[in-house]
Amino acid sequence: MPPPDPSSTAVDAGAIAAQVPRLRRYAAALVGNLPDADDLVQDCVEKALANRHALRDVSRLGGWLLSILHNLHVSGLRWRKRRGAEVPVEDLADDLALSAEPADRGSVRDFVRAFGQLSEEHRTILLLTGMEGLSYREAAEVLEVPVGTVMSRLARARERLRVLLDGGEETVVRRIK
Amino acid sequence: MIAGNGAGSGAGRGAPVTEGDLHAWLDGELPEDRRDDVERHLADNPEDARRFERYRTQRAMLSTSFGPLLDRSLPDTLAQPFAPPAGMATGAVVRPKRRVAVWALALAASLLVFLAGGAMGWLAHGWTGYGTGSAAFVADAVAAHRVFVVEVRHPVEVGADQEAHLVGWLSKRLGKPLRAPRLAAQGYDLVGGRLLSDAQGPAAQLMYQDAAGRRITLYVRPSTNGSDTSFRFAQDGNVQAFYWRDNGLAWAVTGDLDRVTLSNIAEEVYGALNS
Repeated sequence: MPPPDPSSTAVDAGAIAAQVPRLRRYAAALVGNLPDADDLVQDCVEKALANRHALRDVSRLGGWLLSILHNLHVSGLRWRKRRGAEVPVEDLADDLALSAEPADRGSVRDFVRAFGQLSEEHRTILLLTGMEGLSYREAAEVLEVPVGTVMSRLARARERLRVLLDGGEETVVRRIK
Repeated sequence: MIAGNGAGSGAGRGAPVTEGDLHAWLDGELPEDRRDDVERHLADNPEDARRFERYRTQRAMLSTSFGPLLDRSLPDTLAQPFAPPAGMATGAVVRPKRRVAVWALALAASLLVFLAGGAMGWLAHGWTGYGTGSAAFVADAVAAHRVFVVEVRHPVEVGADQEAHLVGWLSKRLGKPLRAPRLAAQGYDLVGGRLLSDAQGPAAQLMYQDAAGRRITLYVRPSTNGSDTSFRFAQDGNVQAFYWRDNGLAWAVTGDLDRVTLSNIAEEVYGALNS
């Protein structure tokens, strides 16, 4: 192992590498297919490696990488490149269903399809809080929005997804506070 | 806007329960003094209770559905930026030359027995669920490994900076003197540990990490039927484990590593515990 160097707090490339599977899971769930997810993660990793000296607190690596990925996704760098070669979310739904326990296959396929019908904004907030385990405050930092926006967006996303999965009327989310 | 740093309405005890409070409750962000109000609200409003039960299921389905993506092998494009430039040692762990140990022979022998015995079908098709002895033990160890190695914010309950406290605490809860073996020779440093429970009672997990951020875990619990065993090997997907019983404790070393590397680590652990 390299000797500790107190003058350098730069995050190790290996620590970024260790986050790649997690970033890939997040990106695939966000964009709905693995080829686009891999492009996005590759851009994210390259940017992170180039800017790794900017990360002061290594314990925040996970959130920092998600911020980079989010910004790249929003700026749509890759979408222009890949236009016309869209891979349908159904493929991912079938793929993930095959990875699930046999008893869960149907519900996983339905869930991934329904999730794919949500808006980008709703997918993002559900993934950051529900899958990545970010607190409201951390999610607010990644998205660069107020905590209140995180909460109201999350409430709307959950209700929208519930209706997509269960059918029925959307409960109009009352005031959030 | 939300006042203060707390989630939810920021209102005190007794204030009307809002949609935001309910979500904060679901996400574990509700201030403690609001919990009674929210739980009373849910008891009085079965429709809200049902709705939030569905939201809870959604949360779980995110991990159930997308979780397997963590185990997929990476395309070359994602492995490539990390290839260390020639002449640079950073991030590469230099493995000590493998010692040939007597137990390697015992391992080879036990593997034969293990495979010949069918090992409850575990190697062939994952967890079949009808193992109660060592197969159930290693299943618990691998499950705990999978859950916690991906954890970024809270990989351990007690960190390596409080190692004496960690070891004392876990020893007390397991009712056996434990040690956290040194694995620096293998390139792994202690991250910390946590107390877990499985069907047999308390268990402990120690987590180690190398310079590249790769994690392995040691899983240990008191062994109910006392006889010591030699090393056994098990595999589930990309995760591999060596496990054995020794001095009234059952141990498993689990990692997403090749068998030889992991066996070196298991040997190191075994040696450290018996030195």
